[in-house]
Amino acid sequence: MNIPFNFRLTDFPVEAETLRLEVREFLSSALVDVPKETRAETWYGADEGFSRKVGERGWIGLSWPTEYGGSGRSAMERYVVLEEMLTAGAPVGAHWIADRQSGPLIIRYGTPEQQEKILPGILKGETYFCIGMSEPDSGSDLAALRTKAEKKGDKYIVNGTKLWTSGAQRCQYMIALFRTSKEEDRHGGFSQFIVDLSLPGVTIRPIIDLAGRHHFNEVVFEDVEVPETMLVGKEGDGWNQVTAELALERSGPERYLSSYALLQELIKEFSERNDYEGVTEIGRQMAHLTTLRQMSVSVAGMLNDGENPALEASVVKDLGAVFEQDLPNIAHRLMDLEPDNQGNDFQKYLAILTQISPSFSLRGGTREILRGIIARGLGLR
Amino acid sequence: MTDETSQLLSDTAEKLFSDHVTKNCIIDAEKGTWPDELWSEVIANGFNLILVPEELDGVGGNWMNAGILFKALGRYQAPIPLAENIVASYILSLAGISQPTDSILTILNGAFVAENDLLSGSSPRTPFASYSTHGVVLYKDGSDLKVGLIEIDKNNLKDNSNIALENRGHIELDKVSFIENSKVDCDSNLVKKLGALMRSNQMAGALESILTQSVRYANERIQFGRPIGKFQAIQQDLAVLSTHVAASSVAADYACSSMDKGNPDFAIAVAKSRIDDAVSVGAGIAHQVHGAIGFTYEHGLHFATRRLWAWRAEYGSGSEWSKVLGEKAISNGADKFWPSITQGDLDI
Ligand SMILES: Cc1cc2nc3c(=O)[nH]c(=O)nc-3n(C[C@H](O)[C@H](O)[C@H](O)COP(=O)(O)OP(=O)(O)OC[C@H]3O[C@@H](n4cnc5c(N)ncnc54)[C@H](O)[C@@H]3O)c2cc1C
Repeated sequence: MNIPFNFRLTDFPVEAETLRLEVREFLSSALVDVPKETRAETWYGADEGFSRKVGERGWIGLSWPTEYGGSGRSAMERYVVLEEMLTAGAPVGAHWIADRQSGPLIIRYGTPEQQEKILPGILKGETYFCIGMSEPDSGSDLAALRTKAEKKGDKYIVNGTKLWTSGAQRCQYMIALFRTSKEEDRHGGFSQFIVDLSLPGVTIRPIIDLAGRHHFNEVVFEDVEVPETMLVGKEGDGWNQVTAELALERSGPERYLSSYALLQELIKEFSERNDYEGVTEIGRQMAHLTTLRQMSVSVAGMLNDGENPALEASVVKDLGAVFEQDLPNIAHRLMDLEPDNQGNDFQKYLAILTQISPSFSLRGGTREILRGIIARGLGLR
Repeated sequence: MTDETSQLLSDTAEKLFSDHVTKNCIIDAEKGTWPDELWSEVIANGFNLILVPEELDGVGGNWMNAGILFKALGRYQAPIPLAENIVASYILSLAGISQPTDSILTILNGAFVAENDLLSGSSPRTPFASYSTHGVVLYKDGSDLKVGLIEIDKNNLKDNSNIALENRGHIELDKVSFIENSKVDCDSNLVKKLGALMRSNQMAGALESILTQSVRYANERIQFGRPIGKFQAIQQDLAVLSTHVAASSVAADYACSSMDKGNPDFAIAVAKSRIDDAVSVGAGIAHQVHGAIGFTYEHGLHFATRRLWAWRAEYGSGSEWSKVLGEKAISNGADKFWPSITQGDLDI
C-alpha cells in the first residue's frame, strides 16, 4: 500500500510576503472599531462596510482571472490575504462564501450573462451568496435532497426547503442544488442554480443558534419561478459541479483558524500575569498550529498548480477541526476564568468559542464523513 | 541536489533497505549482531556522507536529502546508526575535520570539560556506542566552542539499550586525548537540536510504516465474514492515524527545510513536539487494529512502535520542546505570536 497523499512544502513567493505587510497595515486601522465579540467569530462575523473596503482594495476575487474583473494573482497571494484576515479577527463573513466558492463556480460553469451580471458586485464586496445544499432530510446524505425545480417554458418552478443556510438574511443570492429529474443513478438529476432571494415565493426564516445568534436560516421555496438563464452549467450535472465546489469549501485556512483568537488571547493573559504554568500546553498548540498551517499552505500550492487536492483538504479539515475544538477546552483547563460575555476579552472569546466550537466538525462536511473520504483514499472502502 | 537526484536518492535508499532490512536482520540486531552487509551497502552508497561538502569528499547534499534517508531508516526500522553517522560527519565537517576511513561514528551527548586538550565527562545514552569506532563531541573549551573526534575505548563504555533494543552505551571519559579537534562557529546546543531533527524524521518514517502495515492488515484480517477494514469504526481509526502520519511528515520536512534555510530552531521544536503527539495517538491505533497478533514478538509491528516510543523521548521529549516554544511565545507577547509563525522564527 502506498500512502495516498503527498503534502510537499510550499513557500510563499516574494509578492505574497509583500502583500502580507499591506494587509497587516490595512487591518491595523480597519479593525479598530470592530468589537471583540465579532472578532472572535472570524468568518462567522459579518460587516458589510468592511467587506466593501476589502473589495475596494481588490482583495476579493484576488486570484480570479483579469477578464472576469479579478486581480489575476496567485492562489498563494490569496491565501495570505485570507490567513491575515482570519488571524486578525476581521469580519469577513459577508463576502466570504461568494469569494471562496460562488464566484469561482460562476466563472467556471456560468454563462457570460451571469458573469457580467453578478461578478462585479462580488468583487466590490456588495453582492453576497449563501450555500443551498442541506435540507431537513438531507444532511450528510446530500443526494437525499428533495427540493424540486421543474422546467416550465423558460422557467423552473421551485418547491421545497433549504436548511441551515448561513447568512441568507443578508445575501442577494443562493447557489442552490435542486432536483431537476428523477434518475436511476443516485447522483443523477441534480442541477445548480443562482437563485435571486428577492423572488416572490422565497421566505427566509431565522434559526437562532445555541449561542442566541442569528447565523443560519431556513429558506422555503413556494412556486418560485427561477428563469432558465439562472441555471449554472448543464442541467443534470449538478452533482459533479457541487463536488468541485465542496473542494473549494473545504480547503482554506478557515478550517483550522476558527479558534485562533482564543489562543492569542490566552498568550496575552499569560504574558500579563507572568504566570508560566501551562506554558508547555501553549507550545504544544503552537506546534499543532504551525504544522496545520504548513499542511494547509501545501494544499493551496497544489490548487495553485492546478492539481486536485480533495483528499489532502479533507485531512487538513479533519485535523483542523480537532485543533479548533480542543482550544476552548484547553483554555478552560489552563485559566481559572468563567466564560463570560460581559467579562474581559479572554472571557468573551472563551464564551463565544466554547459555544460555537461544536459546529466546526459539522459545517462543510462532518468529521465522520471526512474520515470516510480519507478511508476511501486509503483503499479501505 | 536537484529534484531528480532527490528522487534517485529516495529510490536507491528504498531499494537498499527493502533488500537488506529483513525481519531477521532486525531480530539479529536486537540480539547483538552487527548487520555487516547492510552497513557495507550503506557506506558503499555514501549515505553517511550525504551532508559532508564535496571539498571534504562528501556528497554535498542538503537537509531535505538527509531527511529522505532519516525517514527511510524509520520506515524500515533499519538497525544501524546511519542517522547518527550523517549528523556526526556533518558536525565534523563544520570544523573541517574529515572522517577516518572505515570508521563508525557516534555522537557524544552530555556534560564535558576540556583541560589541556584532554576531555572528561560522560555521555549517558550514546547511540550504538558499542559498535562505534569513534565519537564526535561538541564541547566548550574556555570561551571557545570546539568539535572533537575521539576514539571509543571499550573500557570506558557500559552497554545499555533503549526499549527498541537499539544500543545506547554509557561512556565515561577521564582526560581522553583527541584524534583531532578544532574550533567551530555554531550553536552550542547543536547536538540536541540535530538529534531532535533526525529522530523527528525517523519517527515520521516509522509512522508511515505503521499506517501501511495497519491498512494492509485491515484488508486481510477477516472477522464476522468480512475484512475488518470494512467496519466503519476501523476505517475511522485508520483515517485518524493517517492524518497524524501526514502531519508528522510535514512537520519533519519543515524542520529539514528550515535547517537548509539556516533558521531551524522554531521548526525543530515544532517537529519534535508535534510528532510526539502523533506517536501517542498513532501507535495506539496501529496496535488496536492489529489485535493480539500485533502484541506478539513474532509479528513485526513492534519494531516500529517500540522505536517510536523510544525515539519520542530522545533528544528532548515533545513536552520539553513545547516548553521552549511556549516560553518564547509568552515572552514575545500576543502581538508577535502570528508573525512568529508566518516567519517561522521565535526571535522576532
Ligand atoms: C453552523 C453551521 C452552518 C451551516 N451552514 C450551512 C450552509 O450555509 N448551507 C448548507 O447547505 N448547509 C449548512 N450547514 C449544514 C451542514 O452541512 C450539515 O450540518 C452537515 O452536512 C451534516 O448534516 P446534518 O446536520 O443533517 O447531520 P447528519 O447528517 O444527520 O449527521 C448526524 C451525525 O451522524 C453522522 N453520520 C451521518 N451519516 C453518517 C455515515 N454515513 N457514517 C457515519 N456517520 C454518519 C454525522 O457525521 C453526524 O455525526 C451548516 C451547519 C452548521 C452547523
